[in-house]
Amino acid sequence: MIEIGELSYFAGRFFKEALRPPFEFKELLRQCYQMGNRSMVLVLVTGFIIGLVMDLQSRPTMIQFGAVSMMPNMIGISIVRELGPVITALVCAGRIASGIGAELGSMRVTEQIDAMEVSGTNPFKYLVVTRILATTLMLPLLVILGDAVALYGSALVEYYKGGVSFQLYFNTVFKALSYGDLVPATIKSIFFGFAIGLVGCFKGYYSKKGTAGVGIAANTAVVFTSMLLFIIDFVAVFISDIFYDL
Amino acid sequence: MMEKKKDIPTQIKTEPSLIVLEVKDLYKSFGDNKVLNGFNMVLNKGENLVVMGKSGSGKSVMVKCLVGLVQPDSGYISVMGKEIKTLDRETLDALRSDIGFLFQGSALYDSMTVRENLEFPMRRHKEKLGNVTDTTPLVLEVLESVGLAHTMDLMPEELSGGMKRRVALARTLILRPRIILYDEPTSGLDPITSKEIIELMRNIQKKYDTSSLIITHDMDCARVISERMILLVDGTNYAEGTYQELVKSSDPKVEAFFKK
Repeated sequence: MIEIGELSYFAGRFFKEALRPPFEFKELLRQCYQMGNRSMVLVLVTGFIIGLVMDLQSRPTMIQFGAVSMMPNMIGISIVRELGPVITALVCAGRIASGIGAELGSMRVTEQIDAMEVSGTNPFKYLVVTRILATTLMLPLLVILGDAVALYGSALVEYYKGGVSFQLYFNTVFKALSYGDLVPATIKSIFFGFAIGLVGCFKGYYSKKGTAGVGIAANTAVVFTSMLLFIIDFVAVFISDIFYDL
Repeated sequence: MMEKKKDIPTQIKTEPSLIVLEVKDLYKSFGDNKVLNGFNMVLNKGENLVVMGKSGSGKSVMVKCLVGLVQPDSGYISVMGKEIKTLDRETLDALRSDIGFLFQGSALYDSMTVRENLEFPMRRHKEKLGNVTDTTPLVLEVLESVGLAHTMDLMPEELSGGMKRRVALARTLILRPRIILYDEPTSGLDPITSKEIIELMRNIQKKYDTSSLIITHDMDCARVISERMILLVDGTNYAEGTYQELVKSSDPKVEAFFKK
């Protein structure tokens, strides 16, 4: 409970510092590039495999029910609404949150954060605000990328197993999707990105002294973020259900 | 409060107009652990003051209080006549440009090159340096002062421990500070490199006309560089004087510092 209180205070400080000049645009762009670029391959590979596997696993059951023609609809909606954002966020939690936790933890232990402070630069603004903003901005883009390759993976299975052309597959998917699928998923991704950056920075920034503290910061950042992602997911689905009548 | 014996050298009177840094009745505890217990100190313009104490005696905490990295429980800290705790963030940051801080482990930003490390403090203090657009001459000048002009494009991981310490020293000089705080400047270095760093500190003080506060438990460093010394024992300034005065003391706690 104490940690949740401290995390809330940390989030409050983020909003306060993010709105107050000077703004660290250059560092923000660098962080966006780092996070987007470094996670892209992982998201692409994971998304593609999820699309393939999901299609391969669901196909026999759909054939049994005589509903194989509904495959693109089912896969499309599942990926865009739920699997794409959650899987991408979990992959990024492992990749980005742990990275931020370890990096800031190491900077804390080696007094680099103190050195920034005495040089007149606000380390919270320079290190924390830029990283949280970068994850918040980049995660929705990574989710879109992950969704796209997952659908491509599924389309590939449909093409070879069912003889469905790519054009027909994607036409069916886009017809099946509505704003009620896209808008909540995108908003959810923004919150996922915020949570990944927030927890990673929180764990790293307040890492306890010593090299062991760096490892703990990285590890707990992933565990805490993953848990938080599922909570955010539940709340997002609950709210979406009210507004879009899923 | 500790009873002071007659043969312990104590506070030396100083001229108020020469004081650049003053600490009065500084207290700091971490839980039940009283680290600073009424510490007092004055640093005069152009002086090399050494604060010695055993490991864990609160030397680093004290020096971090001076730049606002650690908030003391109570006490008065004044730098260049400005009381630290009354300053807002902006004024404190401006004041920090007059204080160089050499960290124990160098604290170089390991994701930046040597050049970027040196340019980093200039981001927020461009006016002080005359709004220069080309920072290369400034970077080169301070790197030459520490004899490492050739390392400008190297990463910190490519430098030895002694070189890192020199680059960190160059970083403290880039904003032309009037006071330099050295936190264990020779710790973790071999005796030869330690001597080089000490010599460098002396040269820098002459060249840049700085006042230096040196936190150390290295007696050789203290002997060579100090004009005045304070022995920090149980969170308070137990004894104060020149190296020669302190070395003659027969007080057991003072003697313990000077035993080989």
